[in-house]
Amino acid sequence: MAPSVHHFWHMSRFFRDAGHLVRPALVLLAGLAIFLLIRQAVVPKGFGRYGHYRPAALDLIRARPVAFAGQAQCVVCHTDQAQARAAGKHVHVSCEACHGPQDAHANGGDPVATKPALPDVATLCVRCHQKDAAKPRTFPQVAVPDHYAGVLCNACHQPHNPHL
Amino acid sequence: MQITRRELLGHASKLLVLTGVAARALEKTGEPPAPGDTYQMADHWWGMIIDVDKCIGCGNCVRACAKENAVPDGYFRTWVERYQVTEDRDHPTVESPDGAINGFPPLTRQDVKSFFVPKLCNHCADSPCTQVCPVGATFISPDGVVLIDPDYCLGCRYCIQACPYGCRYFHPEKEVADKCTLCYHRITKGLTTACCESCPTGARQLVDLKNPRDPVHEFLRNNKVQVLKPQMATGAKVFYNHLDGAAR
Repeated sequence: MAPSVHHFWHMSRFFRDAGHLVRPALVLLAGLAIFLLIRQAVVPKGFGRYGHYRPAALDLIRARPVAFAGQAQCVVCHTDQAQARAAGKHVHVSCEACHGPQDAHANGGDPVATKPALPDVATLCVRCHQKDAAKPRTFPQVAVPDHYAGVLCNACHQPHNPHL
Repeated sequence: MQITRRELLGHASKLLVLTGVAARALEKTGEPPAPGDTYQMADHWWGMIIDVDKCIGCGNCVRACAKENAVPDGYFRTWVERYQVTEDRDHPTVESPDGAINGFPPLTRQDVKSFFVPKLCNHCADSPCTQVCPVGATFISPDGVVLIDPDYCLGCRYCIQACPYGCRYFHPEKEVADKCTLCYHRITKGLTTACCESCPTGARQLVDLKNPRDPVHEFLRNNKVQVLKPQMATGAKVFYNHLDGAAR
């Protein structure tokens, strides 16, 4: 008997004896393959690398542009104001706390075109220094209607070094 | 050739294990980090210190947050509350007009204890909000920031209900859950958060609990701090100094 015929005889006998096991196994394997293919298609790339989420989300959230440039950026150019501030009570108040977000002005290319408007003194100072029972006792505050009503704060106080 | 049922089942189970391993290996391979990015997530564990005795309720943090993160009108990622506590302590009066985005109307009565409490996401280490997300759209980053994947969120609002601090909201235009990111786009560039940057009294301080040179370690050693709702065991990482027990 030739080896191939011998082999064929064995295979056919195997399928006859164990077909009831081979057929469900093939169905199982096909199902598994389909499952893995679908899983590959629908699960986002890298999902699970750090935890049960897409690692690409971290890059997406980080990609947001910055609005506040940060104190270190302001004092690079505005050294005179920084010195005046450093000598006064507002030493720990950052520039952008009053002047608002200035990243476009600091890092946007043309600082003249993006020069910020001066803050509205009438509302700006009062937000911090209006007398309020809930504020810490040691914080300097005035009852605004009783404190030179109608006169703007910067008529007397220099905002960068407000002490008189 | 004979194959027994035992052998066939053995081979099938081996194959199953192998395909499982292969699928896992596929998951682990991904793109390498972008060149020029020196930020290492594993080196940081972010949190915040809030000194209640320094907060003046000016609302600078709320305005800065809204501008930095384009927070929709009427929604807040951070807000400030003003507490008025009477002796019974059970029912403090809490106000936060428009999240204090324009500060507070002056409080003149002196017969109650009153103070401000700034609030934001506590970036809990065991956050209830991330545990309930059915799709893995909200998560704790390897550097300890609770974030939302806006492209993956279904908008089911489970997390909004789960947060015991009310720090999440449903974004009206994007129709996904939204919250404080601890200015993740800033802190990963070496900047502080917008709220800390604009706080005039230094009541808020961004801290890196994994940085041994961060002043937070000395602060936590020298001050009696607490977190909000410690009984919830959320592992909150926003530490309040001088917080009154009436605050919640």
